[in-house]
Amino acid sequence: MKIKWVSYPYLVWMMIFVVVPLLLVIYFSLTITDGGVTKFSLANYEKFFEPIYIKVLLRSIYLALISTVFCLALGYPLAMILASKEMSRKNFLILLFVLPMWMNFLLRTYAWMTLLERKGLINTFLSYINLPPLEILYTNEAVVLGMIYNFLPFMVLPIYSVLRKIDPYVIEAAEDLGANSLTVFLKVIFPLSLPGVVSGITMVFMPAVSTFVISRLLGGGQFTLIGNLIEQQFLTVGDWNFGSALSIVMMILILFSMAAMARYEKDYEGGGLW
Amino acid sequence: MVKNFLKKFYIFLVFLFLYAPIIVLIIFSFNNSKSRGHWDGLTLKWYIQLFQDPQILKTIYYTLAVAVLSSLVATIFGTAAALGIDSMTRFRKTVVMNITYLPVLNPDIVTGVSLMLLFVFVNIKLGFISLLLAHITFNIPYVILSVLPKLKQLNKHLYEAALDLGATPFYAFKKVILPEIIPGVITGALLAFTLSVDDFVISFFTTGSGVSNLSIYIYSMARRGINPEINALSTLMFVSVLLLLIVVDRRMSRDKMKGENRA
Amino acid sequence: MKLSKWLFISVLLFSLVLTGAGCGNSSQVTLNVYNWGDYIDESVITDFEKETGIKVNYETFTTNEDMYIKIKSGGSSYDVAIPSDYMIERMIKEDMLCKIDMNNIPNINYIDPNFRNLDYDPDESYSVPYMWGTVGILYNKTMVEEPVNSWNILWDPKYQKQILMLNSQRDSIGVALKKLGYSINTRDIKELEAAKEALIEQKPLVLAYVEDDVKDKMIAGEAALAVVWSGDAVYMKWENPDLEYVVPDEGSNLWFDAMVIPKTSTHQKEAEMFINFMCRPDIALRNTEYIGYSTPHMEAKKNLSAEILNDATAYPPQEVIDKCEIFKDLGSYLKEYDRIWTEVKAQ
Repeated sequence: MKIKWVSYPYLVWMMIFVVVPLLLVIYFSLTITDGGVTKFSLANYEKFFEPIYIKVLLRSIYLALISTVFCLALGYPLAMILASKEMSRKNFLILLFVLPMWMNFLLRTYAWMTLLERKGLINTFLSYINLPPLEILYTNEAVVLGMIYNFLPFMVLPIYSVLRKIDPYVIEAAEDLGANSLTVFLKVIFPLSLPGVVSGITMVFMPAVSTFVISRLLGGGQFTLIGNLIEQQFLTVGDWNFGSALSIVMMILILFSMAAMARYEKDYEGGGLW
Repeated sequence: MVKNFLKKFYIFLVFLFLYAPIIVLIIFSFNNSKSRGHWDGLTLKWYIQLFQDPQILKTIYYTLAVAVLSSLVATIFGTAAALGIDSMTRFRKTVVMNITYLPVLNPDIVTGVSLMLLFVFVNIKLGFISLLLAHITFNIPYVILSVLPKLKQLNKHLYEAALDLGATPFYAFKKVILPEIIPGVITGALLAFTLSVDDFVISFFTTGSGVSNLSIYIYSMARRGINPEINALSTLMFVSVLLLLIVVDRRMSRDKMKGENRA
Repeated sequence: MKLSKWLFISVLLFSLVLTGAGCGNSSQVTLNVYNWGDYIDESVITDFEKETGIKVNYETFTTNEDMYIKIKSGGSSYDVAIPSDYMIERMIKEDMLCKIDMNNIPNINYIDPNFRNLDYDPDESYSVPYMWGTVGILYNKTMVEEPVNSWNILWDPKYQKQILMLNSQRDSIGVALKKLGYSINTRDIKELEAAKEALIEQKPLVLAYVEDDVKDKMIAGEAALAVVWSGDAVYMKWENPDLEYVVPDEGSNLWFDAMVIPKTSTHQKEAEMFINFMCRPDIALRNTEYIGYSTPHMEAKKNLSAEILNDATAYPPQEVIDKCEIFKDLGSYLKEYDRIWTEVKAQ
């Protein structure tokens, strides 16, 4: 089949709408405009290396890591239970599990705003049973909670699909050879599920580190993450050069961690996300 | 036995975590009082207000128009691209696939910002057209990624056999290749449609002058504080998603049964 | 599905929407109006549409800076915008506004002369006053017992996580500058750095940096103290009588919002019609009553209820106004304010 040409419109499209825009970002990140004169400079990157912005980057990575760890801790057992053979109506449960994901993610985040408010439903309930109110909204915890809530399925689904593919005879063989269930898990199941874990980690960490919505709505504008910084530079402050430099830094961070993860993933073909 | 109970309990807890916020929204969409703290009788007024809000109707129109158009265009471009990519040499394929993966892997905010710079740079007014172009751009790779695996499974000789038997290339494509890859094409189109409906970040940076989609509208409402109209909207969206999934699920299980019968 | 049919439908749909979005209803003019959130009685817009047959595309922004970037970046085509004083000054300087033909705005004569030809637009050639007000502290009397008369209360650790600040650069830096006794238009880097330190010191006490959500939050009693605009304070006091508004003794910001026509406008004549319509006495009155802000419109003000007129929140006595300062455009010095605000938020 010699029909390479049918992909040319696509290639042209991607050149215009993917490659050129990224080159523009790079161009902006490497220039500064001073009194109407545009000149090349590394000032935007130098600015990023000021302690205050490095702190923002570290904070973003830290919060994303915490969320990823929580998602893994919560999600792995869930994936195991869902994949276990005695679980009946698997497909129905999986469907039920992805259903909230089909809701607009802003609505899901908004839902937490109403729950966590000082006079919101959780605190109304707590005071009803005579417990002291919780102060959650507009804290780090609220941001992490929002990330876990939104990204948990990204962790569970890849792990689940890998676990389901594990040959039950392998496990039986291990048991026959005298391994207890802990050993089976540590020596057989977990190593075999690693590709799923790795892609789960990537799929949670990536959106978590780049979000600006969750930190804006649940963090009350207090917790500037790198995503907020980029948004602010582009839409409020209007320093597109610095914003571009931040975008490039974020892109490099993500693409490098993806590349690092991909080395572990090998031939795993990606989880059924939807 | 205990273990089994614990498993079920754990699943229950996770589902509670996932569904509690949504259920609360649904319940409070019928609350007469604006405050979330207390219940003040049943009402449908938020639904009525929602449908009388011209802004939201316009928003829904734009959301659907962009989703339908962008998924259609992306499906055509993407399917064609997949056909071409499949017939490329190994080296070229790697290069093209890397570009294809770029918008998928790149953080949304970077894609959004870069497109915004492009539109401003070449002086395209931010609005419907820019929004549509952006959505097509991030949709195409997903179509390609859904169609390519189907092409790999395809027996290439069938197409050549059809040509040998006198079919025109287009006829051969229509009768031989398309039926084989159509499930991938449909998956890609659906994926593109849902991604487009759900997108916030890229749209946020690439739209302007009175054109906004549902996500942007919800974001601006949420920033303004609590609004029971959002609860009503959530309920409607949840119900439609639920119905959609039930339909899809039934169709899928019916197809499966058909397949089994045939076998 | 037949491919050819499918292609046909998609092409048809595509061309349909393209023509629909491209020029719309060529006979009918659509006016893009860009205003602050919750800052108009939307029924007024409907009336305008009915009377003139012009369609209005109404959109809102949350801060002057957001609006400025949106218009400056050139991606938009707003016909009427309603920025504040210092931003109008800046937009005039940067040649972003059209001159308004005041012959087309006869209703401008209803505007109180005290609000005309102000420093930001001395010849009154670019703007028509919309509303005015002050910035102050709104507090909940059930949560704050001591008298509130100074910005310092926003730095009192007693109210940790009970304070809402504005997510707006000039306003929040202005609060810190006033607390320290400096001008809100300072160009002294030392004073600005001191304001930055003050804001950073205050950060642990702040519950959130808010926009229009401040209203719901204060009405619901989610916080004890908030920095608000006077007009919003009027509305919040209606909704929750426990709330009280005060302009601190150190002084504050006196601001004016006015209607302008950005250079991006393609319908200048209709934009002038809209501005004139907004100044018509009955419309101005209805709008003022609805949003609660203070009007510069003499006829509208005359017909307001005594209750509103006597409310010092909306119409403060002269000695309060005398303590206040108006924002000025800072020109290229604005960069320092941008930097300081970014650093405060990033901290």
